[in-house]
Amino acid sequence: MKFNLSRVMMVLLVAVMAGCSSTGDKQVDSASIEDKGTSADGSVVSSGAAGSSSFGDYSLDDPNSPLAQRVIYFEYDSAEITMDGQDLLVHHAGFLVANPTVHMTLEGHTDERGSREYNIALGDRRALSVQRVLELNGVAPEQMTVVSYGEEKPAAEGNSEAAWRLNRRVELLY
Amino acid sequence: MSKLYRLALLILLLASGTARAALTIEITQGVEGALPIAVVPFGWSGATATAPENIAAIITADLNRSGRFESLPDHDLIAHPVEGAQVQFKNWRMVNVDDLVIGKVTGNADGTFTVQFELYDVIRGKQLTGSSFPTSREDLRRVAHHISDLVYEQLTGEPGAFNTQIAYVTTSGTGKNKSYTLLVADSDGYNPQTILTSNQPLMSPSWSPDARQIAYVSFEKKLAEIYIQEVATGSRRKLAAFKGINGAPAWSPNGGQLALTLSRDGNPEIYIMDASSGALRRLTSSSAIDTEPAWTPDGRSIIFTSDRGGSAQLYRVPVGGGRAERLTFEGKYNAGADISPDGRKIAMVHATNGNYRIAVLDLESGLMRVLTDGPLDESPSFSPNGSMIIYATRAGNREVLSAVSVDGRFRQRLSLQAGNVREPVWSPYGK
Repeated sequence: MKFNLSRVMMVLLVAVMAGCSSTGDKQVDSASIEDKGTSADGSVVSSGAAGSSSFGDYSLDDPNSPLAQRVIYFEYDSAEITMDGQDLLVHHAGFLVANPTVHMTLEGHTDERGSREYNIALGDRRALSVQRVLELNGVAPEQMTVVSYGEEKPAAEGNSEAAWRLNRRVELLY
Repeated sequence: MSKLYRLALLILLLASGTARAALTIEITQGVEGALPIAVVPFGWSGATATAPENIAAIITADLNRSGRFESLPDHDLIAHPVEGAQVQFKNWRMVNVDDLVIGKVTGNADGTFTVQFELYDVIRGKQLTGSSFPTSREDLRRVAHHISDLVYEQLTGEPGAFNTQIAYVTTSGTGKNKSYTLLVADSDGYNPQTILTSNQPLMSPSWSPDARQIAYVSFEKKLAEIYIQEVATGSRRKLAAFKGINGAPAWSPNGGQLALTLSRDGNPEIYIMDASSGALRRLTSSSAIDTEPAWTPDGRSIIFTSDRGGSAQLYRVPVGGGRAERLTFEGKYNAGADISPDGRKIAMVHATNGNYRIAVLDLESGLMRVLTDGPLDESPSFSPNGSMIIYATRAGNREVLSAVSVDGRFRQRLSLQAGNVREPVWSPYGK
C-alpha cells in the first residue's frame, strides 16, 4: 500500500479543524501536524497548548482529545523524542498519573532498514526513552510495559521514506 | 562450451505434489569456466514404470546450483550408459565434457531401494569414485544430494553442502491477518516442513551444531521469548523469557551454551547461557546497544554488533569476558555478523550510500568486499562448506532469498510462489 503522508495529514487537518471525529489510531493531533510542516496554522497549535492545562480530564474515548494521538515518531537510527513528542507525552503522563490503575504498553518499532535484531534493540531504546519521559512526568513504572518489535510489525508497507517515517515509532497502547 | 553467464535457468520445478511453499531456485548470474560435466539419467529396474525420484536431475540441479559446474543438457547426451562397461570415453570427449556421472536405481521386492553411481574422468578414461547406497523411498532425494556432495568433493577438492537444510521465516497476509511461519527445507528448496506458525512475529532462527534443534524468537505471547525446538519431533521448550528483549540466540560450536541478547538489566547486552542448566553470565557491559552475537568456530570469541562508537559496528570479545575490540571501520553501519566455518571471514549487513548490502570482511587481510547490489539485503548465512552465502533481499516489493558465492561471481535467487521469505539460515553438516 502506498501511503501519501502529506495528503493524509491534510485530510486529518481538515477533520480536526472541522471538529469531526476521525476514526482509529491514525488520528493525528495538532502537534504533529505542525511538526510535519503541512500547516503552521496558529489556531490549531494553540488549541493543543490550551488543552494541556487540564490534561488529567481528557477521556481516552474522545477522538478530539490529545490522548487520541498515540504514536510518537522518530528520526532514522534515533531514539530522541522531539519537542512535539514531549508535548504529547505530557498529556498521556497527566492521564496516567490521574488514573494510577490504568496500564500502558509501549511498543517500540523501527523501519525495515538494517539487521533485524539490531532493530529490536533500537525499538527497545525508543520505547525506553518514551518510558523515561513518562516517568519524569510522574507516571509509576508499574503502569508501563515495554516491548520492542523492531521492524517486524510495520504500520505502513512499502520501502519508501514515506513508509519508513510512519514505521519509526513508539505506539502507546492503553 | 556455451556460457552460463546471465542464463536464467529455472532449475527447480514443482514436480511433486508435496511442494507446498517450496522455494524456487533461479540462477541469476553464472560463472565462466564452470567444469563441464554430464550426468546421465539413471537406469531403473523396479515394479513401476519409472523411478520415484529422478536422481540424475537432482544431481544435475545441485551441481549447476553450486556455480562450479555446467551440466550437459539432457538433449545433448549422446548415449545413456548406466554402468561402466557401456561408457565410450572417446564419444564423451567429443562433446567436451571432462567428467561423467552414471548410475542406476533398483526398487527391491521389500520396498527398499538401492542407488548405485559411478564418476568417470572422461579425459583419462578412468573411474574416480563410485558407491552403492541401500535406502528408503523417503531418503532417495537425500541419497541424490549425498552423491552430489561426493562428486563435488572429488572434482573441486572441497566438501559439498548439498545434503544440508535451510531454515527460514515466511510471512503472508497483511496487518492483523499477517501470519508468520518458521520452516526447514532441503538446501535445494524441496521438502519444506513447517516448524511453527504464529500470528505474531517469529525471528532469528539458529541451528544447533548437530542440526537437530533450532532456537528462535517468538512473540506469540506479545513479548519476546526464546524457544528451542527439536526439528524432527517438534517438541520445544522455553529457553528465555526475561523482562525486555530476549533475542538473537546463537549456539556455541560445542552445543553446550547459547549466546543471547537480553535487556533484563535495562539495556541490550550479550549473555552466555548454559543450554541445560540455564545458568546465565553477562558478557558485555555498555550503555550502548550490544546484540547479534556470533561464535567464532573455535568457541573462544563472540563477534557482535554494538553502537558504542556512535553507530552500529562489529566488535569481538573473548567468551570469558574482557575488552571488546572493534573489527569494522568502513562505513557507518555494519551489523548482523555471520562467521565462515573456517573462522577467516565475517559476512555482515553493510550500509553504503543508503543501500544495505552483504559484505565480507577477510580477518587476515582486513579487506572488506561488498558482494551484493540490493538496496535492502540482510541476514547473511554461510553454507557449511563456506563456499556460498545465503541472504534475504528484495525483488520488487517481495522479500526473497538469494545466494552468492563468497567470491561474488555466482548468484541465485530463491523465492516462494506467493508471500515473503526472510531470515535464511543454512544448517551445519550435523552429526
